Formats: sequence, structure tokens, C-alpha cells
Amino acid sequence: MTEDHELVQRLREGDEAAFAELIDRYGATMLRVAQMYVRDRATAEEVVQETWLAVLNGIDRFEERSSLKTWLFRILTNRAKTRGERDGRMVPFSSLAGANPDADEPSVDPDRFFGPDSPHPGAWAAPPVGWPQDKLLERETLGVIEMAIDELPEAQREVILLRDVDGWEPMEVSYVLGITDGNQRVLLHRARSKVRAALEEYLNPEVGA
Amino acid sequence: MSLFTKEMPCQELVELVTAYFDGSLSRRDRRRFRAHISGCDACTAYVEQMRLMIEATGRLTEQDIPAEAREELLAAFRGWQEGRAG
Repeated sequence: MTEDHELVQRLREGDEAAFAELIDRYGATMLRVAQMYVRDRATAEEVVQETWLAVLNGIDRFEERSSLKTWLFRILTNRAKTRGERDGRMVPFSSLAGANPDADEPSVDPDRFFGPDSPHPGAWAAPPVGWPQDKLLERETLGVIEMAIDELPEAQREVILLRDVDGWEPMEVSYVLGITDGNQRVLLHRARSKVRAALEEYLNPEVGA
Repeated sequence: MSLFTKEMPCQELVELVTAYFDGSLSRRDRRRFRAHISGCDACTAYVEQMRLMIEATGRLTEQDIPAEAREELLAAFRGWQEGRAG
């Protein structure tokens, strides 16, 4: 994969192939991120296009203190947010300020642990079992993961896609989405816990059910 | 389950796996976390499940940008280039 830095140079020289490479690398993710903030697909496409134009018009002044990726996505979310607010759309991240890791969304069904009156409170009553590694890579298993991700609340879905599918760093995610590091971790953890539970239900239906 | 269950119950450990992976636990909690899994097969299996799940999720790929949207962007690029040259 060509380095961002090289692509920036080539964009400055007006190289269309470099632009095409950037669209292919980030375009689909940009559309999806934009769509969280705005009303519909068409508006998201407009925001993506505006963002690229802002990037092109600013490329000569871009000092590369942040990566091209975070700069690009920060412009995108700022624009999408402004646009969404104008259209009266609720931003999925706006109610996160007080997101509490312990707040009534346990990672594992509490029934799978011994209760407070047992000799081992909080220990597994229905413990998880090992997973066969090769089974994890089967097409059908990946389909289960994909479906579980699709069913997540919007903010959780976005964070797990950026972190675990696109491989973003925690700091990139919190910066681009404008949330705290703690909040992105809570969202990611909730998302992962649910996907794990869905996988377990598929791979070990006898456990915990 | 183990000597360490009192230190960090299994039910608490499952809430800290992402923080553990990210290296954002306090030193004290990281110690408690490691001490717990070293003596608890069930939590070892749980952490391993999370690892496998994350690895498998990494194999999913982003969809491609729709061809039409891609074409429009390339057209916008050419427009920008011409404006710049002229």
C-alpha cells in the first residue's frame, strides 16, 4: 500500500491515479461515517464530495502534522455534523458524555455467574469453552460476525468497524468521531462483547442457553 | 474457581478485556487481570474467544465505494485540476 505521505505529494502534483487510490482506500468508510450524521444517502454523498474538494483545495497548505487519513476524516465528520444539525438529525454520539462502562449493559449475561450468596460470587457458573480456530475462519462464521455487527446500535457498530475491520488506532477513532478515549473503548467493548456472544451462540449453542 | 477469584471475580474480568488489550488498564488492574487468568481456565477461554473473534473480524472487508459515486469524485477531481491550472 502506498504511504499517505507519497499520495499527498502526488495529489499536489495533480496525479489522478493517486486520488483514485485514496477514494478506493477511504471512500466507502467515508460514506458510512457521513451517513451516521446526516439524513440520507444522497446527503452523505454530497458531504463526501465536499470533503474531497476541501482536501484538494487545502492540500498545498496541509502540513502533515496529522496523518492524511485523520485530517480527511476530521474534515468529513465536522462537515457531516454541521449538515446533520442543520437538518435536525440527532448525532449518535451526542448522548455519550456520561457513558459509563458499568451502566446496565453487562458484557456477559449475569445468569452465567454465581450470585452474591454463593461461595464464589461472580465466578462462572456456565463457563465458556474453547473454540476451534479453523472454524472461526469459515465463510459461515464470518457471516455470523457480519450479521451481529449489523445489528449493533449505530455508535457501537461504527467503532467496531473502524477499530476491528479497518484496523484504526484507538486515538484515531476518538479524534475523528470527537469522543473521549474512554467512550470509544466502552463502545468497542460493548460491540465486541455482543459479537462474541453471537458467535458463542452459533459455535456452542449448548453453553449458557 | 481460583485463589484469585476474590481479587478479581470472573464477572469483573469480562468487563475489562478491551481495556486490557488496549493497554489502558492501571498497573494494579493489569496485575489483577493477569493473576486471575493465570489461575482460571474459564476466563482464559473467554479472553481467547475475544482474541479469535477480533482476528476473524479483521478478515471482513469494507465494501467498495459504489461505481457511480467513484466516477463523480473523479470528475470532481478533474474539475479541481482544471480550475487550478487555469
